[in-house]
Amino acid sequence: MRNRWPWLLALTLVSLVLGLALGATRIPPSAIWLGLRDASADAAPVVRQLRLPRVLLGFLVGGGLAVSGAVLQALVRNPLADPFVLGISGGATLGAVAAISAGLTNPWGVPFAAFAGAVLTLVLVYRLSLVAGRRLDSGVLLLAGVVVSSFAMALVTAILMLVDATRVQNSFRWMLGGLWAGSWTTVGMVAAYGSVPLIVLMVRARDLDLLALGEEQARHLGADPERVKRLAYLATGFLTAVAVATSGAIGFVGLLVPHAVRRLWGPLHRALLPSVFLAGGGFLVLADAIARSIAPPVELPVGVVTALVGVPFFALLLKRRLA
Amino acid sequence: MILRGGGLTVRYPGVAQAALCGVSVGLGRGELVAIVGPNGSGKTTLLRALVGSARLDAGQVEVEGRPLADWSARALAQVAAVVTQREDILFPLTVRETVELGRYARLGSLAEPGAIDARAVDDAMDRADVRGLATRRTDTLSGGEWQRVRIARALAQEPRVLLLDEPTAALDIRHEMEVFELVRRLAGEGIGTLLVTHHLNLAARYADRLVLLDHGAVVAEGPPAQVLTPDVVSPVFEWRVAVTSWCDGAPQIVPLKPGE
Repeated sequence: MRNRWPWLLALTLVSLVLGLALGATRIPPSAIWLGLRDASADAAPVVRQLRLPRVLLGFLVGGGLAVSGAVLQALVRNPLADPFVLGISGGATLGAVAAISAGLTNPWGVPFAAFAGAVLTLVLVYRLSLVAGRRLDSGVLLLAGVVVSSFAMALVTAILMLVDATRVQNSFRWMLGGLWAGSWTTVGMVAAYGSVPLIVLMVRARDLDLLALGEEQARHLGADPERVKRLAYLATGFLTAVAVATSGAIGFVGLLVPHAVRRLWGPLHRALLPSVFLAGGGFLVLADAIARSIAPPVELPVGVVTALVGVPFFALLLKRRLA
Repeated sequence: MILRGGGLTVRYPGVAQAALCGVSVGLGRGELVAIVGPNGSGKTTLLRALVGSARLDAGQVEVEGRPLADWSARALAQVAAVVTQREDILFPLTVRETVELGRYARLGSLAEPGAIDARAVDDAMDRADVRGLATRRTDTLSGGEWQRVRIARALAQEPRVLLLDEPTAALDIRHEMEVFELVRRLAGEGIGTLLVTHHLNLAARYADRLVLLDHGAVVAEGPPAQVLTPDVVSPVFEWRVAVTSWCDGAPQIVPLKPGE
């Protein structure tokens, strides 16, 4: 497993094929291929309009969350950090629940409201963390994330007590997270808003290696820690916001995937970030394929699958580490 | 002077007494200067002030004649390397990868390290005697090995100034002597070296100059024989000492037992 790229490309390919093939009805790979090439083929509508956007959304969201987790773990120098520690999921939930409760029916409405809520949280947490001075303190950042998130969730609870049952049900469905909102619109949204932070983080990958050593050490080796921290915080925040806005707070991808990839191939970010993107994307698409096909027509929330697969895997990693 | 600090004053919030109070030091090319003094005398604060890690309440630092504030972190890292007192490992790298971090300040953000960088890394590992550990993971190293790896990383920066904060604190005699020998050799190659140490006797034998700090101020400064006298050392460390002389002429401190 010395060379990582064949493994990661294989994972990507397998996940994409299985993601397109599995579901309420199974489609053999040959029919998928036909459906992708020929718009009049039998499988074309399902493959093109339902599965392909869903699979692509899953891949982008999984990759984005995994990159976001990897960067935040270096930023707050805590391997237990995940994309949601900064409270962004709380703000997104508030935005989405408010939109659903207000009876917004436009397909753009809910993800857009969630995104607005997430970005608002991002700015609020950032401002709170700068209260103490010009420095962005990672410890204060975590604390501000928890506080703002709790505040948002309190508002969510209050809203849910006041609206009628169907809207509560729809809100809960959103809060569980999942890729059922996958459409070409959401894929476009994630690709458009997610690409800039991804590129920024990849370009700054070496600075993240230095930041992981601690701020003082990073500066002695030539990075400007304040700038790197701000950039990393805003980029991961944006990435998380767009992921949560389109598919809710899907857990474990952002925590586990960076760990697994680091253990296999080391922590240097120049290779870690693209690896984590592919592995996170592949992992989430596979998890979603399982969630769709385990008891059709019922769809399990994909977060249930990521947790069920992820936790034993995590336990295994920890055990190997201690051994 | 390659590095000069004038009137450096540092206060930590909530502490009445200044950690550093109007201290001035200079470091010339190829000079080895040791900062010595009791615990809490301001040695580490002085070192941090000289590289911009401690916020100055007064005074200023110049590197190669230019105010420190004019240096970007990247430009400064190409001139000055720092080995801090301790550094915990969050995500362990291999030794070679760790030393390569010393080249980052000279690499473009998308450029791959080239032959020059590889040579500098090899050379740094040779000088710090860690070439044999190149593929080891840093979380499997002993305290002494880790310290030497961090010195190698600093050397990979190809600095003109090297600042070390108690680099031998965790080392046994052999490794401690090897660090002092290495530092002396580096000074011989023209690197201005500032060393914070508790080891008065080794400082006396290796350093060109000592700066003795107490309560954040310079008590004495100059060649070891001038600084390490019983009259100067005893009151600062609040313990009676005698001073003898080793055959190379360096003064050596012997702390006295009560009644001696």
